[in-house]
Parts: sequence; structure tokens; C-alpha cells
Amino acid sequence: MLISPSSPYSNGGWLERNIVDPSLKGQQPIVLETKQLHVYYGDNEAIHEGDLKFPEHRISALIGPSGSGKSTYLRSLNRMNDGIARVTGEILYRGVDINRPEIDVYKMRRRIGMVFQRPNPFSKSIYDNITFALKRRGVTDKRKLDEVVETSLKQAAIWDEVKDKLKKSALALSGGQQQRLCIARAVAIKPDILLLDEPASALDPVSTSKLEETLLQLKEDYTIVIVTHNMQQAARISDYTAFFNMGRALEYDETSQIFTSPKVQLTNNYVAGDFG
Amino acid sequence: MVRAVYVKRGQVMNKKLQEQLLKRSKAAKMERFGKTISFLALMLITVTVFAIIIFVASKGLSTFVTNHVNIVDFLTGKNWNPNVTDSKGQPEVGALPMISGSFVVTILSALLATPFAIGTAIFMNEISPHRGAKLLQPVIELLVGIPSVVYGFIGLTVIVPAVRSVFGGSGFGILAGTFVLFVMILPTVTSMSVDALRSVPRYYREAALALGATQWQTIYKVVLRSATPGILTAIVFGMARAFGEALAVQMVIGNAALLPTNLVSPASTLTSVLTTGIGNTVMGSLQNNALWSLALVLLIMSLIFNLVVRMIGRKGAMSK
Amino acid sequence: MNPKVSNQIAIAMLYVIASTIVVILAALLGYIIIGGLPAISWHFLTSPAKAFTSGGGIGIQLFNSFYLLILTMLISFPIALGAGIYLNEYAKQNWVTSLVRTSIEILSSLPSVVVGLFGFLIFVVQFGFGFSILSGAFALTFFNLPLLTRSIEEALAAVPNEQREGGLALGLSKWETVLHIIVPAALPTILTGVILSAGRVFGEAAALIYTAGQSAPALNFTDWNPFNISSPLNPMRPAETLAVHIWKINSEGIMPDAKAISSGSSAVLVISVLGFNLLARFVGHRLFKRFTAG
Repeated sequence: MLISPSSPYSNGGWLERNIVDPSLKGQQPIVLETKQLHVYYGDNEAIHEGDLKFPEHRISALIGPSGSGKSTYLRSLNRMNDGIARVTGEILYRGVDINRPEIDVYKMRRRIGMVFQRPNPFSKSIYDNITFALKRRGVTDKRKLDEVVETSLKQAAIWDEVKDKLKKSALALSGGQQQRLCIARAVAIKPDILLLDEPASALDPVSTSKLEETLLQLKEDYTIVIVTHNMQQAARISDYTAFFNMGRALEYDETSQIFTSPKVQLTNNYVAGDFG
Repeated sequence: MVRAVYVKRGQVMNKKLQEQLLKRSKAAKMERFGKTISFLALMLITVTVFAIIIFVASKGLSTFVTNHVNIVDFLTGKNWNPNVTDSKGQPEVGALPMISGSFVVTILSALLATPFAIGTAIFMNEISPHRGAKLLQPVIELLVGIPSVVYGFIGLTVIVPAVRSVFGGSGFGILAGTFVLFVMILPTVTSMSVDALRSVPRYYREAALALGATQWQTIYKVVLRSATPGILTAIVFGMARAFGEALAVQMVIGNAALLPTNLVSPASTLTSVLTTGIGNTVMGSLQNNALWSLALVLLIMSLIFNLVVRMIGRKGAMSK
Repeated sequence: MNPKVSNQIAIAMLYVIASTIVVILAALLGYIIIGGLPAISWHFLTSPAKAFTSGGGIGIQLFNSFYLLILTMLISFPIALGAGIYLNEYAKQNWVTSLVRTSIEILSSLPSVVVGLFGFLIFVVQFGFGFSILSGAFALTFFNLPLLTRSIEEALAAVPNEQREGGLALGLSKWETVLHIIVPAALPTILTGVILSAGRVFGEAAALIYTAGQSAPALNFTDWNPFNISSPLNPMRPAETLAVHIWKINSEGIMPDAKAISSGSSAVLVISVLGFNLLARFVGHRLFKRFTAG
């Protein structure tokens, strides 16, 4: 095999890391950060190093080749990996370590919501998709529910498309609409942070750009962490970008830095399209 | 300066937030409740199975423990007449007629059903996978669905007279029982054999055909061979069903607790004696306990069939 | 022999075998339905049976069969649902789970007469329920549980995992997610399984002869108070079902028209089971459509 000077096998280049602390750069408080985070599938360590800090009301993108651990990292943040993988270390949400077993994961997930790779609306009406979690938590006031449906569908920029068919099955929507419905569903319970796991990977370009617009609007109210393997997408919408490779976050910086002058060689190679 | 404010505000929030996040939510309570209740449902089934085994075993063993019947005499004795004591002062509870009756009808019906089942399965999967399978699939599902008393009734009104007119005698007996069971286990064995054939990878057939084998050679030497564990499982399942079938057999076998000497004289099986006998004996009496011992034999055989299926599965997995 | 010739012989044989099976089924169905239809009339379906004279019907037995079926389903469905949910959603791969799975397999392969005898021992004798609908319903529950549990488990397993994650990510417990999202999504398949098992329960007799009993006392169809002895709803009365009735009159029936009654009853039984089969297909298909498209 031919080893190019920049390959991960040369001169220990992959120990080279550059992780910035956004709180030193901007004036945004940090709402979520990980310390000493390790993730294991059985005996297999999937995340070795990935300590990042996510600033409030910003979009942070996690990029990297498939299998780099970016999704695993993201899913650990609201403990969706519980029962699937073992996660050690601290996950500080506004200073509270939510990776402790005593933490009520259900309450925590109401603050740290998640949207998945494949749109997963429930086989219920659009209206019921949005109100389902609220109803389960005892909200019964019809007017309040109507209001939440309207605001969250508007926030997810899908209100105009579905306002006349709220009672229709959510499964009848197009893929892109379904995904925005899922965002509306997540937003309806008024979370603090939204985690998105490659939300556009199953969508066509038009739907994707609509979704991106939506995310840019949502950032006014929410802190967003998004995994994407579409580098252009990261460049278009995110404020910060982390580059993952082989279970490590190698570089984390303002997005413009990552895409114009990355400090880590591997990031440079990835952003330039040399691998991944 | 501004940052300091944020940190301070953050810390005030933290305490409240921490308290909130540590408090057990309604969802957590629901989760605990649901997990417990669904676990209890599952345990109920498991406990029932153990209860069945323990109760039947304890009742069945009391013949030997309480009534001091010799277990070997029970299994090998040829006379079943619990009301009568023999020359040694022992009650006549030889279960051999029923045990052999059960085995004979089971084995004969499996022997008869196997070629038909495998043939049909091959037809559905290899010869005519579209039209043939589409026709036969519902046929087999319907055959599975017909209740066993209906099979018994047809046995009684069609098969028994037919046997009578061909072989003479009463028509009741092993042969009639075999025919009834043959039709009853046929669908089970067939549909499981279809599954077994279906799991043989396509490229096995393609490779054989590409080597110039005829379709039958491919089926016989390649497909059937690699589906053997699955087909064996199907046959054992069918035998288990035949062995445990009660009413249909009871209706046509003649119910004479005699060692079968030929196929057309009245005989009996474990299940047939159980269905007719339990109601006519007093709980706790020897006559009754002896019947429970028959039920225990039935239970043990069912466990053995289960074990055999497992062993075939394990062997099949190893050879792959 | 020439491989080509043997190939043709073999394939011809397979055609013969396959058509034999079709002929057997056609003959069976033809015999039951054509032979039984003349016996079926409104009078036959609604009037009580007669022990010694001809002209008896199967009204009470038919009612008993349905009542017993409904009671059995009411008892067994929640248990099977709980067990199916636990097996598919919570059970870890360990020795407890494999023990549980083994015992369910054992229960499903137990001869129904053994299940009936156990029901007799526990409910009829030990608990003192006597020969009653309730004893019969419990025995049929044991008979029904393994297959129903398995079919519910399979139905749940077919629902994509994304749906579960969707619920969890909203801060809902797994239980709520399963009960309110996964089960409704699996409903068409679950219902198909329920109806198919209903057909099996409806035709079962061996588990009932010593639990629900072999007699059908007269019922007063104007009295719906379940505590009255002649009320159809009384769960403590003995209740011969249609399947048991067929067995009973063929083993010891002395009415002159026993054969006609058995033919008619068999036809009713088979038509009911066919109905359950068709309903299962229809329901599965219909609901599936409703759930997947607008």
C-alpha cells in the first residue's frame, strides 16, 4: 500500500489535534460539553477522544468519514445510546452532568431533543404527531395544543404546506416534509438543544435546502448540533465544525477556519475531498 | 464582564436544573410500571409451563409412589384393566398397548405424510413457485385450520366404512387412525418443509444447473440435501402433533386397550384412553392415577420431541 | 436410467403429489360443506340440542363457542401482549430469556389434551370452578398463549426501530412508546394473528371436554344477569361447545339424527374457521392500507 505523507499512517500525524474552546472566542455561554467521553460497543472502543463545547444559539456541525464516530458521539449526548453502548465520562448540560445514572433521562431528553437520519413520523395524523408527547405529559387543553401545533409547524417551516390537512396521516407526506414534521415534533416540546443525525441524507436537494433554511431560523431559539457527511452543508449552515476521524474529534473550530485554513493535516485532506 | 454574568446566571440555573433532572419523572414511573407488568405476563406463562410439568408429573408418579405399581411393569405390561388385580395382587395397569398404539399411528402417519409433504413442498418451491405455490398456499392454510373433531368426524363417516369394506372387520383401528393423522399432519409438515427449501440459497441451484445437472438432479442432490435439517424438523413436528392428537384418533381407533396385532382391529392410544377414561374414574383412585401416568408419558414424549427438534437445529447449524 | 427421463418422471410425480393434496382438500371441503349444508337451517342454528329425539339444534353450543372464544381472548390477549412486548422490547440475551423461550416452545407443543387435564386439575378440582366456562377459558388461554405471544412478538419486531427512537427522543418512556406508537403500528399484523388464533381456539375440543364440560344446560336468552344460573353470560355454568358437541354425539350420541347433526355442526365449524381465515386476510390487508397511506 502506498503511504502518502498525509495519510494517517505517516509520522504520527493523527495525534495532531486542534480543539478550540468557543467560550474563549465568542460571547455565547456553553450549553453542552463533554469531558473524557469514551463510548464502547462491547469491548470495542468507538469514541476515544471527543471533548467538545457547544455554544448557545449556534449551529455546530460534526463532520468526518463514515465510521468516524460522529453519529455515535451525537447519540451519546442525550443518551440515546443507553442500553446499546457503554458511555463513560461527563456530559455537562448547563453545568449538570447528565451522564450519571441518577439523572432522569426522560426529562433530560425533553430538553435535548433529537431528529434522525431517516424521517420517522409516527403512523398518526400530522396533528397527533406534534401533540403526542404533550398529551402523554398531561396537556389536554385543546386551545393550547392547537397553538403548539401551529407554532411548531411554523418554526419547522412546514405550516403552509400542511395546515389544511392536519388530520391526515403523516405518512402521506413527502420525505422532506416528513423530516420537517419530525423537527416540528421535536420543537413542540420546547427543548433547549436539538441534535440532528444526518437529517438531510435521505432527502432530495430541494428538500435539503428547505431543511437548511429551517435550521438557520431555528438557531435563533435553539442550540443545534448536527451530524452531516455533506461538507457543503456544514459550510453553509454551521458556526462551528468538528472533524471526526476514527473515533476522535481531531479538529474543532469556527466553520470558516475549518474550511479555509484547517490546522490539522487530516482535516485539510478530508475537506479537500481526499478521502471519506 | 459579560461572560462573568453568564457564568453566574448559569450556576444559579444549574442547581434548579440539577434538582429538576434528578427528580423521578412520570415517564420513569411509567417505564418501571410497564417493564414490571410485561415481565409478570411473561413470567405467568413460564410459571404455568413449570406448573403443568410439575402437576402432571406428581399425579402421574403417584401410581408408582402411592399405589406401588412397578414402573417397568407399567411400561411393558400388556394388560390394561385397572379395575382388576392380577395373580400377584397387583392391579393390571400395563400401558404397552396404548404406548405402542400411539407410536405405531405416529410413525405410520409420518411415513405416509413425509413423501407427500416433501413432494408438495418441492412442487411449490422448485417446480411451480408462482402459479402452483399461489394455489397450494391457501390450500395448506385451510387444511391447518380445519378443527380436529371435523377430521375425526370425516374419519368416522368416510375412512372407517372404507376400511371396513376393503379389509373387513369393524373398520376401526390403527389404519383408520393413520389415515386421519396423515391428513392432519400433512399441512404442518408441508409448510415447514417449504420454509426449509426456501432457505436454501439460490446460487446452489444455479451452480448445479450450470454444471449440467437436470432439475431433478439439482433438487435431489443439492437442494434436498442442504435442506435436510429443516425437513427433519418438519417431520418431527408433525410426529409430535400426531402423537398428541386426541379426539380425531379416539373417534376412529376403536378404543380397545389391546396390543395391536394388525392394522384393522380396534386399538387405542395414550390420548384416546385419556379422553375416554378421566371422566369415569374417581380422583385419587388407582384407576385415575394410572391415567395420569399415561398423561405423564405423553408429556415426556412431547418434551423429547422438543429436544429432538433442538438437536437437529444445533446439528444443522454446525454442519453449515 | 437416462437423467433426462428420470427428470421427467420425477417432475411428473411431483405434479401428481401436488394435485393429490388439492384433491384431498377439495374432497374434504366438499364433503363437509355439501354434506352439511342441507342440515343447516335457522331452526338448527338457534334451537337447543335434543338428547334422545331428532330435530335438535346447536343454538346453545354455538353461543357457548363464541362466548368461550371471547372470554379466552379477553384473558389471553393482555397476557400475550405483555409477554410479547417484554420479549421483543426488554428481554436481554441471557439464560433467563432462553429459559422463557424454551418454556413457551414447550407449551406450544404440548398436546392439548394434557393442557386440558391440567386445567381440569387446577380449575375444575382445585379451585372448585367445576365444569364451567371459566375453567374452559383458562385452559384455552394456556393453549392459546404461546402462539399468540409469538405472533405479537413477531409483529412488534417488524416495526422499524426508528419509530422507537422517535418516541424516546421526545422524552417518552420506552413503555409509552411501545404502547402508543409501536403497538398501533403493528396492529394490522397483531390483529391478523389474533383472528387466526381465534380460529384455532374456536375449533379446539380436547382441552375443553374436562374443563368446560360436555353438557349444555338450557339457557334463558332473556336473562342477561351473569349471576343467574340459566343466564347465557354466567361464567360458572358448564358449557359444551360446538366442537365438543361433534365429538360427543359421535362417541356416545343416541339421537336418531346424530349423523345429520354432526354434518351440520362440522359444516358450521369449518365455515366459521374459514370465515376467521378470510377475516384475518381482509383485516390485515385493509388496516395495513389505512395505516400506510393517507
